[in-house]
Amino acid sequence: MIDRDKWQEIFQALRTNKWRTFLTAFGVFWGIFMLLVMLGSGQGLENGVTQGFGDFATNSVFIWPQRTTMAYKGFDRNRSFSFKDGDVEAIRKTIPEIQYLAPRLQGGGFRSGDNAVRGEKTGTYSVYGDYPDFFKIDPVEILEGRFINEIDIRDRRKVIVIGNRVYEGLFDKGEECIGEYIRIQGIYFRVVGRFKSKKSGEGANQDNEAMFMPFTTMQRAYNYGDRVGWLSVTSIDQVPVSVVQEKVIKLLKTRQNINPADDLAIGSFNVEKEFKQMRGLFFGIDMLIWIVGIGTLLAGVIGVSNIMLVIVKERTKEIGIQRALGATPMHITMQIINESVFLTTLSGYIGLVTGVLVIEGVDHLIRQQGDEAGFFKNPEIDISIAIASLVILIISGVIAGLIPASRALNIKPIEALRTE
Amino acid sequence: MIELRGIHKSYEMGSNKLHVLKGIDLSIKEGELVSIVGSSGSGKSTLLNILGILDTYDQGEYYLDGKHIKNLNETKAAWYRNQMIGFVFQSFNLISFKNAMENVALPLYYQKVSRKRRNIVALEYLDRMGLKEWAEHTPNELSGGQKQRVAIARSMISKPKVILADEPTGALDSATSMEVMNLFKEINREGITVIIVTHEHDISEQTNKVIHLKDGFIEKIRINTPENILANV
Repeated sequence: MIDRDKWQEIFQALRTNKWRTFLTAFGVFWGIFMLLVMLGSGQGLENGVTQGFGDFATNSVFIWPQRTTMAYKGFDRNRSFSFKDGDVEAIRKTIPEIQYLAPRLQGGGFRSGDNAVRGEKTGTYSVYGDYPDFFKIDPVEILEGRFINEIDIRDRRKVIVIGNRVYEGLFDKGEECIGEYIRIQGIYFRVVGRFKSKKSGEGANQDNEAMFMPFTTMQRAYNYGDRVGWLSVTSIDQVPVSVVQEKVIKLLKTRQNINPADDLAIGSFNVEKEFKQMRGLFFGIDMLIWIVGIGTLLAGVIGVSNIMLVIVKERTKEIGIQRALGATPMHITMQIINESVFLTTLSGYIGLVTGVLVIEGVDHLIRQQGDEAGFFKNPEIDISIAIASLVILIISGVIAGLIPASRALNIKPIEALRTE
Repeated sequence: MIELRGIHKSYEMGSNKLHVLKGIDLSIKEGELVSIVGSSGSGKSTLLNILGILDTYDQGEYYLDGKHIKNLNETKAAWYRNQMIGFVFQSFNLISFKNAMENVALPLYYQKVSRKRRNIVALEYLDRMGLKEWAEHTPNELSGGQKQRVAIARSMISKPKVILADEPTGALDSATSMEVMNLFKEINREGITVIIVTHEHDISEQTNKVIHLKDGFIEKIRINTPENILANV
């Protein structure tokens, strides 16, 4: 490495035409810079969107009742119906592929003005009746107190877990909320927990403005009887949730006397499918970035190769002298390739560092904006990607030097030394 | 030292074939000072290139110091050139960004001698050429005569068997030409075979043996007696 004569030759060749060297180096610099910035941005987009989901179970499906569109077993079409506790029991008993099954209810009143009151403070919030399992499907971060538990469900306790925005709306800053009472639609509930969403963006706001009470409490206190609003279901690991979706809907159709062909009677939303589509989208974006990035880099490398050809041409005579004095073909080849690798690696490395700095800078700015930055979050570059691009650079430097080196080898000493 | 038997060489010029050397038989012994003369197109540069292993020949045999020089790969040829042959050119062919000392040391660089060692040796040779103070200067700061002396020092540093000089005085004035010729004679006295290609009569007259080339053949070989040489100086 520390061969002064070798470096002398390299610097001499690059110094001869500084502008040319700079512009050539800029091609490679720009290639790697763009690749990194695009990769970082792609990662930022992916981070932003996936964090919008928080820890939401992606192997889940929602199932809700709509209206029948076909007559069946003496029932007219356009009949409305609702799921019942019995349906939930039947599902639990007959479909073993289910991991979590959370029947849910949403309390009324949130559309018609303030539904929650505490002293002189009021607010409008979503109220849900839930089983503890629901928090395994759509987890939130508990700040103090606890979630709904099985004893709450069994005893139909009038307890409530509130989102952070609810707390901000109904309590003074720093005020103790656990053990306090909130009146919801005329009934008092004792606060047992406070939580914050794990999502970002709009999803986080929705979570933070919600309150959860035991499912059974809501059924009884607000006269739902044995009705169930909708179902939230996840599948066990080895089974795609679409299997569970199909089985649950089939069972519900039988129990609710719905025509098996009536696909519009029961609505459902497969999160797993949507999530997979999104993954596919990000994979596509990643591929596109690599193709465009490598293409840009390739243009830079071709520039280097081109300039090396010119340098070889300019140094024909010098190479001829060296060969007459006993430089081996290997020596000449290595000299050209060294030069090419040096140029690409140095300019690429500067591009790499600049790219990482830009990404870090953007990341820093976004972090300063706080949690609700939306769909673009924490752009970042994997260290393995940085190393991979360095390796790509060195390899492309070698490739860029190969053609010029073979051109240099084809120079016959006599031709080079012929006096003009 | 040098044995040539029936050397033929022709060049393809498009569809034409240019027969340059038409059977050269030549024997040069160790320690001789030989000149090759001839008009342009006589084949003297081609002959020098073959002697210097810079070019191949089509037919015949070439032995250099007992070694058969034929069908060598480029790496081997480079090694023989480096070990056995020193080159001196009309246009000096020094490397412009290296100083005089580095230029002289270059053949040793290809022998992988350490930088420190080879610069010490290069300085010795420069000193013999009277150019020690110019060691750190680049070629464009030297005069023509100085450049050629640097080139001669470079040709000698690897202690070659043969020094091949292609019109070494072609770019020099007559006074400097004489200096350079005196250097060659001095080198020759140390036992190194020196072969000079020239078209200048007063240069060839200072060598022991003058080989006249004409149209690809050796026309005649004239031996200069010491008396002749003295008369010409």
